[in-house]
Amino acid sequence: MHIMEGYLPASHCIGWAAASAPFVILGLRRIARVVREHPQVKMLLAASGAYVFVLSALKLPSVTGSCSHPTGTGLAASLFGPTVTTVLSAIVLLFQALLLAHGGLTTLGANIFSMGIVGPFVAYGLYRGIQAIGLGTTIAIFTAATLGDLATYVTTSFQLAIAFPDPASGIIGAAAKFLGIFAVTQVPLAISEGLLTVVVWNLLSKYSNGELAVLSNISRKAA
Amino acid sequence: MMKRNLWLLAAVIALAVVPLLIHGKDAEFAGSDNQAEQAITALDPSYKPWAAPLWEPPSSEIESLLFALQAAIGAGLLGYYFGRRRGLAEAGGLAEEGSPAKAASNPQDHAAH
Repeated sequence: MHIMEGYLPASHCIGWAAASAPFVILGLRRIARVVREHPQVKMLLAASGAYVFVLSALKLPSVTGSCSHPTGTGLAASLFGPTVTTVLSAIVLLFQALLLAHGGLTTLGANIFSMGIVGPFVAYGLYRGIQAIGLGTTIAIFTAATLGDLATYVTTSFQLAIAFPDPASGIIGAAAKFLGIFAVTQVPLAISEGLLTVVVWNLLSKYSNGELAVLSNISRKAA
Repeated sequence: MMKRNLWLLAAVIALAVVPLLIHGKDAEFAGSDNQAEQAITALDPSYKPWAAPLWEPPSSEIESLLFALQAAIGAGLLGYYFGRRRGLAEAGGLAEEGSPAKAASNPQDHAAH
């Protein structure tokens, strides 16, 4: 999902950065408030960020014969809400842009939009929605993490399709090409992310009940 | 719970191993980010990237070092977190975040303060 440095026209870079900036600011303010009002969840916040760090470093083989990596954002989005996850993703993307030449500073806004905003909002919405209709937490967290991951890669595909429409078939044709590269490869990886997130969730519900209770109260007022 | 987690982890490993088995030597397992880069060049051959990374890992060894570092930082923190939580849970919450008086048995304890 990393759009490489310089691989979006400047106007698109500015547009995506402008679209992402408010979410980063909202997220920073929300983190400040959550940590001030509930200092006991600080460690869990760090652990959720750590989960994004681990998963986005794991390049896994896919049935398409290419490699990609999960995002790890579904866990933080379900626990802390989407905008907090925007900030965690921005930190990881900055680390990768500066130290790994993965992604870039010019494309940071676009990459934050796919990984830190669309993915987490999809995950958060599914987590809340599935719980609300009573299908249970395990199904909710699995679906949230899996489809949040996939939504990030679908977003990247469309970001590139808008910037580089196919000369013959336009944006739709280009989207089909980029989806073929990103989204199809991502399906098994997204399932892996869903399964891993359930593993972490099981551990949390065994050892971190107190924090989960605090968070389920405050994340109702999330976003 | 532990048994269920082991099954889930086994499924994750299977999802990573199966692609390697079914493709054998006919696939390159290139990164999708790089494939997208090539697709851009194919769609618009005149496009020239207008910015380059400030710094690039000088070799793929250094790159994998930094990826390993990223994963290690994350895994280390996660391990510390769960080790600490488990330790606290097994100690019955006695060492609860510097407030020993709040002791024990009530998992909702945190919500109270």
